[in-house]
This record gives sequence, structure tokens and C-alpha cells, in this order.
Amino acid sequence: MPRGGGWRPGARWARDDACTRGAVEAEIAALPAHRQPSIRELGRRSEAAEHPFRRMPDGDACVSEQSPVVKAQGRRPLVLVDVVGRRQEVAAACPAALALGIGVGMAATHARVLVSDLDVRPADREADAHLLERLALRAVRSWTPVASVSGHDGLWLDLTGVAHLFGDEERLCRRIVAFCRRAGFTARVAVADTPGAAHAIARYGTEPISLVPPVQTAEALLPLPLAALRVPNDALTAARRFGLERIGDLISMPRGPLARRLGLVTVERLDEALGRTPEPIVPVVDEAPPAVERRLLEPIGAAEQIGQVMADLLDELVELLRARGLGARALQFACDRVDGAEQKVSIGTSRPNRDPKHLLRLLSMRIERLDPGLGLEKFALTATHTEPLGATSLATILAGDAQAVDVPKLVDTLAGRAGRDALFRIGSVESHVPERAVARAAPLARPDGWPAWRRPARLLARPELLAQVVALLPDQPPRRFEWRGQIYRVANADGPERIHGEWWRSKNEVWGVRDYFCLEDVSGQRFWVFRRGDGVDAATGNLSWWLHGVFG
Amino acid sequence: MLTVPAQADRLAELRSKVDAVTERNVDHGVLAFGIDAVDDRLAAGGLAVGGMHEVAGASTSLADDAAATLFIAGVAARFVAASTGQALWATTRFDLYAPGLEQAGLRPADVLYAELRDDNALLALIEDAVRDGSPAVVIGEVRRASMVATRRLQLAAAARGVPVILFRRWRKLGREPFEEPSAASTRWRVGCAPSTPLRVAGVGRSRWAVDLVRQRGGEACSWIVEGCDATGRLAVPAPARHRAAAQAGTSQHLAA
Repeated sequence: MPRGGGWRPGARWARDDACTRGAVEAEIAALPAHRQPSIRELGRRSEAAEHPFRRMPDGDACVSEQSPVVKAQGRRPLVLVDVVGRRQEVAAACPAALALGIGVGMAATHARVLVSDLDVRPADREADAHLLERLALRAVRSWTPVASVSGHDGLWLDLTGVAHLFGDEERLCRRIVAFCRRAGFTARVAVADTPGAAHAIARYGTEPISLVPPVQTAEALLPLPLAALRVPNDALTAARRFGLERIGDLISMPRGPLARRLGLVTVERLDEALGRTPEPIVPVVDEAPPAVERRLLEPIGAAEQIGQVMADLLDELVELLRARGLGARALQFACDRVDGAEQKVSIGTSRPNRDPKHLLRLLSMRIERLDPGLGLEKFALTATHTEPLGATSLATILAGDAQAVDVPKLVDTLAGRAGRDALFRIGSVESHVPERAVARAAPLARPDGWPAWRRPARLLARPELLAQVVALLPDQPPRRFEWRGQIYRVANADGPERIHGEWWRSKNEVWGVRDYFCLEDVSGQRFWVFRRGDGVDAATGNLSWWLHGVFG
Repeated sequence: MLTVPAQADRLAELRSKVDAVTERNVDHGVLAFGIDAVDDRLAAGGLAVGGMHEVAGASTSLADDAAATLFIAGVAARFVAASTGQALWATTRFDLYAPGLEQAGLRPADVLYAELRDDNALLALIEDAVRDGSPAVVIGEVRRASMVATRRLQLAAAARGVPVILFRRWRKLGREPFEEPSAASTRWRVGCAPSTPLRVAGVGRSRWAVDLVRQRGGEACSWIVEGCDATGRLAVPAPARHRAAAQAGTSQHLAA
């Protein structure tokens, strides 16, 4: 007890059930993220209550303060929003968002009100469909020859005669789930007699992996809600009005009135799910890339011989590409060595191409990267990336016009020697700040020009500070300056050209100003210099002088 | 037995056939500057399209370097305008400012830039580009190029009819770039000169001191020219009425 008799009822040191700070913190940490009390609720006095609209932090202006959820998980709950009709709806939500009470189909504004620091992003259905298609291709390549996309969120795999290759059905399912987890997806798998039943049980079943034994499909389907049958929305509404909620309610009903009330589709879906009518899967087709192969009786190792094999293979591949109407964007040349090691070289082209001469020139630049060792005996040439390439019209050439210059061919040739990053064009960017007005573009781009303000031929990588500058404020050019240890006396000058900082980029540029001058010294050298600041307001810059470029 | 004139005819015929096969000595034409004072002093009447030309700054100063850059940009712009191809500009350290080059007539859609790691890679690349034959002009910025390399470029340019401009940058040692021998058709040295005086304060059209240091089959020569306009054309400055007037513009501004 402290001295001076400072006892008061409820004092912390006087409590019997002394709960330590650590115990309380552990208890709080055990709560789900959205139920953890804020610092304010805990009664800690260190925190001053802030007016919610007074301060806006940098970056995202919508986020006022990080909630306990964010602190616990390190990221904000994420929902995807899609436009349905005239309103924005939540199309998908992450588990954290679902735990906070957000559901799929809820209005986006409603979700925003429920959770203040929600990470809302637009849904991209096309990208989803593309990803699903790639997953289906992956399934065709590694699991089963018959697979297809089902709906906008699932895959159908036909496991007939396949499961034993992976052990049994359950092990195959576990493998699929593990693969999806590695790829970043949460998967639910159901195996049933019919595609319809598998579709329903995977989405509305209780287990992440559910295996329905053969001929027990009907029993498994009975407790599931009607929505599992892929019936249209108006049929669902009608069924709800009749008090039909589960599939089990439908099975016992007479089929004639059912079809009249809920539509023929409902009955068809029910029959498909129960296996009374067939529902074929249209599998995705995995097209093999065009490839040709050659095996030699005797191993070869000389560069000319390898070049000859390349030329022969290319001729065959080009015929293959022409028959399919394709042009190669990327080629891979793989050789097997006598000792079993594989050697690979690849080339890329900037436009789809099937000109054997051009492709051979690109490929033969790579011969020196092959290590033949004791000899190479098997060669394969694959067009790993192809694009459609039709015939081109020669009308203008026949009419006597000059042939257009083939820039992509030149780019390919040069990129083969120097690397793809070495070639570029310079395009314009909408910015008045000189160093930001230019940006590198792809070698085949057609960039636009710049406004006709006077600009130097060479720009220093970063402006260099001038010393001993004599200039009148606020807007006179320098009379003399010192740069790289040499003194220049100015004979003529143009300026100033005032360029303001881009306030939307950073705080430091909000008031920043550069006044650019074109100076000519007595010997005729022309420089581009600037002064930081407008010479009146100290916030615009510190009035230092910099050299930024040289005119010719 | 052929007579002597018939023999000479036969020899000339064979020579032309050999030239046609080896693609040598084919005349690809010239690009005239459009200034009589300059074109009259050039042996070919202009810059040979099937030739290699070298340009260097007059001194180590960056301003002379930039003047040489703009001189090249103007020539390249006129080569591009005269053909259907594009320009290839290869450097080892990229510090060109494309808006400035556009003002000399070289539009950004007409130039393909390449940045290489060293001079040898650059020379190999521009030779590839010349052999490809599609660029309108090939420009390479080098600090060091051997006689062998320049000879190869000159032969390739003559064979394919693609002009090559080699920009010889000053080395750190401060050695004159044109000390090394070269197989170039012409060698130019470009430096800054005081600009055209204006009646008001300001910087007039830039002027350059252009020296033709060496040319095949011709004499060395030097001029003062006015810098490139928006299509890359040079001009001859109008003669000042008298020297005092030309000086007055300068001193007038200094007093202001």
C-alpha cells in the first residue's frame, strides 16, 4: 500500500483477482478479429479522441484509421464489386469480409457502411473466365482428358477410368485441393454419378471433399436447397411461394404440374442431376504447339551441321505453320546430347513471322550458346508462342509503289544481337517537367511528339549546381556563372520559362517552381539553366541555380 | 584476237558485271545540303548515301558536343525524309533529349534508339543494321573505332546503300577523336559560334562553325552556318552590314 493512505475502492493494486496485462492481451487476441475492442474501449488514456474529418493521412484518403481487423490480419478485408443492372453489388468477398457480415449479392454501399476500411475493387469477369479456362487446360494436361468449365466458378472433370491412376478418387480429390491451395485458391470437390449432382454437392455440401457413393446420388441431393439445381431465378421465386425449399420436396411431386408451375427447365435439371437424362460435358481441347523433330543416326557437333539441321527443321515447321495459318512469335530449339543432357535455345520475334530465312538468321545467332559436348543426336523445334498470320496484299507493290520497310524484321535482327531491352523509342508523356516529358516505349510503337518549346539536344542525367551566379531578382537571367570549375560570361539570354511542380505527385512539389533560361556565353555556347524559386516567394524554392541541358 | 578498243570494252563490261555481283561501286546517289556554298566544295556534291561519315565536336565542351548532335540529327532527318526507312541511333550511354532532336526534324516515330554496353557491341550492331538494309540512316556514337571497324562499315554502307554516321565522342583523356585514321568518306568537326544577333534582347538562331576536316577526292574546308530548322536544313548566315552593327546587338544586351 502506498504511503499517505491513498486507498480508494477498486484501486488496481487492491484487487483480489489480479489479472495481469499479459493475460488480458492474450484474451483479447483470442477473440475474432472484428470483435476485438479498440484501444478507446479498453480505457487507455494515452489515446486522444480525434475528430474523424479533421486529418487525412497520405495516400488513400478514404481510410481514416486502421481498425483492429486490419491490425490483426495485416491487410484490409477485400470485396469485388460488379455492376448488376443499375446497382453495384458485391460479386465476391474474402473470408475476413464474410466474417464481418458481408455477403455476396449485397449492395456495395451497404458493405461499405458495414465495414469502414473495406478494400473495394472492381470485378473482372473476363479475366476470371480466362483463368478458369487455363485451369481447365491444366486439368486436361495432368488429370483427365475430359474437363470443361462449369458456370463462372467451377470445373467439371470426368473421372471415368482415371481415378485409379492417382490411387483412388479420394486421393485424387486431395491432390486437386492441394494443387489449388498452392495456386492460391480454396477448392471444394464433389464426386458424384452425374455432373449436375457433383455441381450441386460441391457448392452446397458441407464438406470440402465429398464423395457420393454410386447410386446414392438421390439421397445426397435430397437435403440441398433448390438453388443447387442451377434453375433460373424466377423458378426459384415461384418455388419459394409454393413452400418448396429443398430438392427433396420436388422429387415426390407429380411431374406434370411441376413443369407447369416451375418451368420445364427445372424438371430437366432435376432429371439431369438424378441421371435420368444425360448431360454431356464438352471438353476443352488442348492444342499442341506446332513442333517438328529429327533424330540423327550419328551425333553431330559442328556449328555448320547444327545450322543445317536448324534450316531443315525450320522448313518443315514453316509448312506446318502455313497450313494452320499461324506465325511464330517464339521458337524453342531443343537438342538432346549423347550423354542425355538437354540443350535449349529460344528466340522471339516482334511480329508473327513464318519467313524461314529470317527465322534461320535469328536462330543461327544462338548456335554459339549450344554446348554439343560429345555430340547432339536429337533435335526438336517448337513454336512455343504462335499468333494468327494471314496473307498480306501485294497490290501496292504490283502497282509500282515503293515497298514498305520491314521494321519488325530489323528489330528482331538487332534484338537477337543486343537483347530485347536494348532497343526502344522515346515517346512523350503529358508532363511539363523536362525529365518527365520523355519515356521509353516499345521498339514498334509510334510515339507522338512534344510541343514546340525550345528544348536542348542533350539533357544532363541530373541537374548540376552552378556556383558564383550573378543575376538580378526576380526574373533576370544570370550575367555570369561558374560550372565545372569554369567561368562563363553570358552574352545573350532568353527566358524565363516557368515550370511549376506537379502538386499531385508529392508534397514537396506543391509550391515548387523552376524558372528556365536559355543562355549564350560570349564564345557562343548555349546552355539551359534554371533557378529554383520564382524570386518572390521563399516557399517556391531556395533561389539556387542549376544547369540542366545544352543546346547545340 | 581482239583489237585493243574491243578489249577495253570487254574489260569495262566485265568490270560492271563483277560490280553488279559484288554490289560494289554501285552509285547510290548523294544527299545535298541545299546550300551552294557547301555543296560546291564537296567532291560528290553532297553526302554520299552509300558512305560512312564521321562527325565530332570541336572541343571537349558539352555545347560543342550538342552542336554536333544536332548537326547529325538534321542530316539524319533529311535522310529519313528522302527515303521510306527509319533512323537507327545507337549509343553506349543514353543522354539524348528527344524533344530537342524533334526540333531538328527527327520525329520520335522515325527514330529507333539502341543502348549498348560498349563500343565493340555498338559497332557490330550498326554493321548488322546496315547489312539488313532497311534503315534510312544508321548513327553510332563511339569513343573508339579502329581502322578495321570503320573500313567494314564503309564497305557495308557502300554495298547496301545505307548511310552511316559515326559520332566520334571525345575521350576522357582529351585526345582529339580525329587523330585515329579512318576509312570514312567525309569527316566533319562541328562547334558552336555566337548566334545570329537579334534587334532585341534574346538568343537568335544558333550558328555553328563547321569544318570539313577530310573528304575523299576533295579539299578540306570550313564554314559558319546557321543551325538546323524544323526540317533539319542548314542555312548560310546573311552577311552583316558591317561589323560594328553585329557587335552592337551583343553589347546592347549586356548593358540592359
